[in-house]
Amino acid sequence: MQAPPPNFTNPVVKWVDSRLPVFTYLHKEYRGYPMPKNCNYFWSFGAMSGLVLVIMIITGIALAMNYTPHVDHAFESVERIMRDVNSGWLLRYMHMNGAHIFFMVVYIHIFRGLYYGSYKEPRELLWLLGIVILVLMMATAFMGYVLPWGQMSFWGATVITNLFSAIPFVGDSIVTWLWGGFSIDNPTLNRFFALHYLLPFVILGVVILHVAALHVVGSNNPTGIEPKSHHDTVPFHPYMTAKDGFAMGFFLLVYAYLVFFAPNALGHADNYIPADPMVTPAHIVPEWYFLAFYAILRAITFDVSIPFTGIVLIEAKLGGVIAMFGAIVVLALVPWLDSSKTRSASYRPIYFWFFWILVLNMAVLTWVGGQPAEGVYVIIAQLSTFYYFFHFLVLLPLLGKIERPKPLPRSISEPVLPTGGGPLPAGATAKPMDKA
Amino acid sequence: MAETSQGEKPQDESKRDFLYLSTAALAVVGAGYAIWPVINSMNPAADTLALATIDVDISAVEVGQAITVTWRGKPVFIRHRTEEEIAAAQVADMDDLPDPQTDEERTIVPQWLVMVGICTHLGCVPLGQQEGDEKGDYAGWFCPCHGSHYDTAGRIRRGPAPSNLEVPEYVFLDDANIRLG
Repeated sequence: MQAPPPNFTNPVVKWVDSRLPVFTYLHKEYRGYPMPKNCNYFWSFGAMSGLVLVIMIITGIALAMNYTPHVDHAFESVERIMRDVNSGWLLRYMHMNGAHIFFMVVYIHIFRGLYYGSYKEPRELLWLLGIVILVLMMATAFMGYVLPWGQMSFWGATVITNLFSAIPFVGDSIVTWLWGGFSIDNPTLNRFFALHYLLPFVILGVVILHVAALHVVGSNNPTGIEPKSHHDTVPFHPYMTAKDGFAMGFFLLVYAYLVFFAPNALGHADNYIPADPMVTPAHIVPEWYFLAFYAILRAITFDVSIPFTGIVLIEAKLGGVIAMFGAIVVLALVPWLDSSKTRSASYRPIYFWFFWILVLNMAVLTWVGGQPAEGVYVIIAQLSTFYYFFHFLVLLPLLGKIERPKPLPRSISEPVLPTGGGPLPAGATAKPMDKA
Repeated sequence: MAETSQGEKPQDESKRDFLYLSTAALAVVGAGYAIWPVINSMNPAADTLALATIDVDISAVEVGQAITVTWRGKPVFIRHRTEEEIAAAQVADMDDLPDPQTDEERTIVPQWLVMVGICTHLGCVPLGQQEGDEKGDYAGWFCPCHGSHYDTAGRIRRGPAPSNLEVPEYVFLDDANIRLG
C-alpha cells in the first residue's frame, strides 16, 4: 500500500518547499516511508529510545543551568536542585530515571535485532551505527553518574578510569591525562561535565545517520523476508505513527511510575553520601545497565601465560579489560559472525533456543555483576562470560552450517492472508487522510 | 587538469603521487601540532603539580599506629610498624610473592612503612588503617572492592591486584618529619 504523493496547498509551505524541500523530505520519510505491515510492537522501541533521548536533552539542559561542576559545590548544587529549584526534583528524577529507561528500551531494541536478524545484509551498517550509539550512551551515562559527586560517583569513576592503567607502558600516563591530576578531582569533574553536555548531541547526530541508513534499506520485519510489493507494506503515517504513539503511551506509564513512585529504586543509596577520596564504600557496584559488562571485567582473575614457561602474556587486569571491551566488539561483529541466511529466529529452530539462552545468560551476568567478587560468584561469572563469547564466536558461525531453517513464506502477506499478498481486505484500505 | 595530464608521460604520475603524499604528510604533521595544545591542556596543570610535595610530622604516631595523609589527592598510609609486623614482613618467602620485593626494598627505616594507599587493581582504598578494620589473611591490608590481600609490607599476596602497594618517593628530613614527593 502506497501513500499519495505530496500535494501542498498552504502557500507558505509551497513557497518554502520550492526553495528548500523540507516538506517533501518529511513527506517521503515520515508519511510515505513503507513499513512492512506485519511489524509487531518490538518495532516501537526505536521510536521510544528517540523520545527518551529528546527528554534527556531537554531535562539535561535545564539541570545544567542549576548545576555547579566543582568538587566543593557539585553535591550541594544537586541537593539545591532537589529542594529549592522550581520543579528541580521533577527534572532531576526524570533525568536520572530517564537514563535507566533509556538503557531498558535500547537493550530490548538490541535483543529485537538479534532475534529477528535485523543486522543481516543489507543492514550491517545500520547495526554498526547502533553499536556506536550504544558505546556513546555508555560513556555519557558513566560521566553523568559522576556529576552528583556522591560516593558511588567518585569510586565508580576511580575504578573505571583505572581500567586504562592496564594498557601496557602508556597506561599510567593515559590515566593521569584522563584525570588532569593524580586522582579523580576537580579537573576530572569539569571535563566530565563538558563531555556529558557534548556527547548527547553526538548521539543525536549518529541517531540521524542510523535512521537515514534505515530508510535507505527499509525496516526488517518478524518474518525476516523483504516486502515483495506495496501490498506487503503500509505508509509510516498514519499506521506507524498511531502504533508507535500507542506504544509510547505504555512506555510513558512505566517511566512515570519510576519518576513519581520509585525514583530511587534503581539507584544506589551510597550516592547520597558526598564523595570522600579517603574512604572506599564497602561494596562498589555500577548502575544495573553496566552490571553484565562489569561481571565480564571481574571474571578474568587469571593471567594468560605461555604454558610451562611462566611467561605472562596478559595480566589478569588487562585480560579483564580486553574481555569487557571485547564483549562489545563481538556484538558489533554479529553481521559477519552469523553464517545463517535466514534472518528471523521464528524460522530457525535451533537458534531460537540459543537466543533465549543468551538472554538468560545476560540476566545471570547482570545478577552476578552485583554480587561480591568471591567464591562461587567468580565461578558463575566465569562460566557466563565463557558462554557469552561462545555464543557469538562459536554458535553463530556454526549454527548457519548445521541448522535447517523452517520453510519461509513466499511473502509477508502469505501466512496471514489466503490470497497470499494480494490486495488488502476492504477495511484496511480506508484512506484516513481523506477525512481531513 | 584532467585533459592536460592524459596524454603525458607516466613519470608525471609518480611526481603527482609524491606531491600529494608529501602535502598530505605535511598537513597531518601540521594538524598534529595544532591539536597538541588541546590534548595537553587535559594533562595536570601547574597548580595541580605545585601540590605535588608535602611535609608530614610523624612524631605523634606511636608504635602500632598508622596515619593517612593526603598527597596528590591520594591517601598515603604511614605506619609505625611493630617488631612482629617487621619480622613477618622480613621472613616472607620470595617464591610466595606475586610481585617479589624484599622488605628492605620497600622501606628506608624498617619501623616506618610509607605507601600510597590505593589498591593496584582498580584504585580503591584498602582497609587496615583503623583499629577494627579487616586486615586480610596476611594481617596487613585488605581491599574490599575485589578482595586483594596485602601483607605487613604492603605486598600483594592474594587477589586480583597485579602489584604491591606503591611506595612513593620520600625522604626523612629528620627523625620526626618526612617529605613526600
